[in-house]
Amino acid sequence: MEKIHKPFGLVRRKKFNLKQGFFLSLMRTFGFTGAITLFIILFFVAYYGLQVLSWDFITQPPLEAMTQGGIFPVIMGTVLLTMLCMIFVIPIGVTTAIFLAEYSKPGFMLTAVMMSMYTLAGVPSVVFGLFGLGIFVVALNFGMSLLAGSLTLAIMVLPYIISTSEEALKAVPFSFREASLACGATKWQTIRKVVLPTAMPGILTGAILGTAKVSGETAPIMFTAAAFFTPGIPKSLFEPVMALPYHIYVLATAGTHIEETRPIQYGTALVLILLVFSMNLLGIILRSRQRKKRSW
Amino acid sequence: MKKIMTVFLSVLFVCSIMGVSYAEDLRIDGSTTVLPIAQKGAEVFMKKNPAAKVFVSGSGSGTGIKALIDGTTNIATSSREAKDKEVASAKGKGVTLTGHKVALDGIVPVVHPSMKIKDITTEQLRDIYNGKINNWKDLGGPNRPISTVSRDTSSGTYEVWEEKILKGDKVKPDALLVASNGQAVQTVSQNRFAIGYIGIGYIDRSVKALTVNGKSASANTVRDGSWPIARPLFMYTNGKPAGVIAKFIDFMLSKDGQKIVNEVKYVSIK
Amino acid sequence: MKWQTKEKFVEIAVSSVGLLSVLVLLFIAFFLFKEAFYIFYKAGVSKVIFGMAWYPTYDPPSFGMWPLIMGTLAVTILTALMAIPLGLGTAVYIAEVANHRVKEFLKPMIEMLASFPSVVLGFFGMVIIAPILSNRLSPMLSEKLPELLQSTHIPFISTTLADFCYDKLFIASGLNITTAALMLTVRAIPVIASIAEDALTAVPRTYREASYSLGADKWETIWKVVIPSSVSGLSIAVILGIGTIIGETMIVLMVAGGAAVVPHWIFDAARPMPAAIAAEMAEAPYRSLHYHALFGVGAILFFITFILSFISNFVSKKYRSVRIGEKV
Repeated sequence: MEKIHKPFGLVRRKKFNLKQGFFLSLMRTFGFTGAITLFIILFFVAYYGLQVLSWDFITQPPLEAMTQGGIFPVIMGTVLLTMLCMIFVIPIGVTTAIFLAEYSKPGFMLTAVMMSMYTLAGVPSVVFGLFGLGIFVVALNFGMSLLAGSLTLAIMVLPYIISTSEEALKAVPFSFREASLACGATKWQTIRKVVLPTAMPGILTGAILGTAKVSGETAPIMFTAAAFFTPGIPKSLFEPVMALPYHIYVLATAGTHIEETRPIQYGTALVLILLVFSMNLLGIILRSRQRKKRSW
Repeated sequence: MKKIMTVFLSVLFVCSIMGVSYAEDLRIDGSTTVLPIAQKGAEVFMKKNPAAKVFVSGSGSGTGIKALIDGTTNIATSSREAKDKEVASAKGKGVTLTGHKVALDGIVPVVHPSMKIKDITTEQLRDIYNGKINNWKDLGGPNRPISTVSRDTSSGTYEVWEEKILKGDKVKPDALLVASNGQAVQTVSQNRFAIGYIGIGYIDRSVKALTVNGKSASANTVRDGSWPIARPLFMYTNGKPAGVIAKFIDFMLSKDGQKIVNEVKYVSIK
Repeated sequence: MKWQTKEKFVEIAVSSVGLLSVLVLLFIAFFLFKEAFYIFYKAGVSKVIFGMAWYPTYDPPSFGMWPLIMGTLAVTILTALMAIPLGLGTAVYIAEVANHRVKEFLKPMIEMLASFPSVVLGFFGMVIIAPILSNRLSPMLSEKLPELLQSTHIPFISTTLADFCYDKLFIASGLNITTAALMLTVRAIPVIASIAEDALTAVPRTYREASYSLGADKWETIWKVVIPSSVSGLSIAVILGIGTIIGETMIVLMVAGGAAVVPHWIFDAARPMPAAIAAEMAEAPYRSLHYHALFGVGAILFFITFILSFISNFVSKKYRSVRIGEKV
């Protein structure tokens, strides 16, 4: 029974409300399932993965039909795909965000852009893979390559980058723009020298969170970039690459020695999770630091 | 700071585009059955020819041949012969599919080690896979439904099974489809009431191989033809191979290459 | 150059880039439907969508997509049954019940859960959950339990119920729609929870205070005041969650089993649409009928997610803070 403390030390006892207690405990249980699941999955991956993790694992290429050796080219492949994807998507995404935040007027075009972004964000990743296959790999004849894969990933993450950049731009107080215009700057000068630099931390945070998303995607690169085995780091954009998520998938399903490579699968999963988590953590920390540092 | 970053990134970018595809690049794609041979072969080949770079993928026999026709791969590994449709489509693109037999394989039905059944006939296998026999009790086993494990249809393994065992029947629709030999092994080894078929090179202690019509699968029975479900494994090239492609094919057919075939538990041609 | 022309130039340049995303979307839709058109033209729309036999590589092939569509539906319903209560419950807990310290701990946890790559979830499901289901749970439920029931000798229980357990609780393979639903729930909970939590915290404080002042206790307030006033936000959360589930590829590819059949029971395997595309795309020869059929499946998938987006956009007109691209 809960005690309700009133002034002068008087204590009144509250009737125990069964219904409320039950439902609130239910919510409490529901609430913690998420955290519990997180820890269970992390535990298993870490438990088996740490057994394989070592400096060699990260820096060596795979040997002996993947049963030994490391995953260095796999890590490199993911890094290259992600970097290249960001190079493609950030200019276009930020420009579109500038369009949405600064130049657009309510009307047909604005609704069209917003609707398309919304829809694009909801398209399943495998459909992007299909599209990438049809256009980049075959029609434009890039073949299964780093280029095709990163372009496909770029299209997939475009809505996210646009949305986070737009938010960052909109967060810049209107008074900044007004002050700049009052000094005689043109609209574009204002954007370039005042708005954009102020919004840059927010835009970069969005980009970092975007890289975390992109590194973990498998379906878009399955038919556009990923190979089972490459003898090292690609020297040209037109070569296929290995990638962390694809490596896990292919070793666990289509691989030649599924049971024997199991430790390596766990190790790859651990490396991927560490990569994604650290990127996310970095983004989250940056975001909250910006919110605190903001002097306006 | 930003300017330095931009310059650095663009230099990196330009450098990466500048990469030329060296003549010693070799791309291999195709069957997951042949994948272990291709993978090990690639590793040994690259040790002997340091200038060569070999890329290996295993997306399925059909995919490999398609890639060869489209020109996106140099060697297509296949666990079946190229179909007439594929040969015709290749001709249409000016590609001549030339097959090189590099190994032999036997396909073996397997069950969980705890299943008491030891031998099975080809008719029973057919009836299991087309759905006529559904329960282990019809074969003298426990009263449990048979979990039938089959391969995804890009698989050359599946094609041979369809030809030699199903004899044209459709696989029953609720068969569990797995993407590779490895996955088939895994599924059967974890499921007490499953039956599946795998390449002879994939048999390990976690599954039990059945004898078919009284014959057991081994390198010899595959080679002399007495094992009913045997097939050659191919590497297809566009016409007569040249350059590094020819070097690789010759290597696979040489004594060292055939040693690799045996090492990965397939049957060498001799 | 006069600065006015430069300004105009910049405006046009930026606007054209802005239009790019519209073009990309239109192009994707156009490309999908163009490649998919052929199969519908050749085999007839209703025969393809409602056909029951998906045998794309048989000779002659048949492209009935209904099993694939039903597979997606089955998996989505099972997941929704688990994910909606859990996700909304988590949101309610974080927004209403948890104290400040717990909140600061739990919210990042949910975000981390969201950042799990789906291939890792599929891997986990395949390697840990599936064997548990078929090797530990199945013998318990379909052997030990019937034995136990039979030994009680109570008329209905020891015969019909025991047989039911033996037959129906037998898990033929751990790779089935239930395992897939479990892992998909993990994927969906953060999506639903974070949007729902936003919706719940957007309810003005005064509503709650008014309810308390009328004598309602905490749960009554939540159930009768907070939730009803945030229904539009909660519906968006659910719709977006369902959209995520429908489009999720890797988990269903690795865990749902591969059988292209309409699932009849929760332990059956199925082949949802994204899994079919991912598994078969590599093998379909370019521009073959199979290739077009897979694009057909992709087109249907695109269409479904388009409708869902449309609905949620419509609902969000009443609720402003949903962000585009917020989905995980």
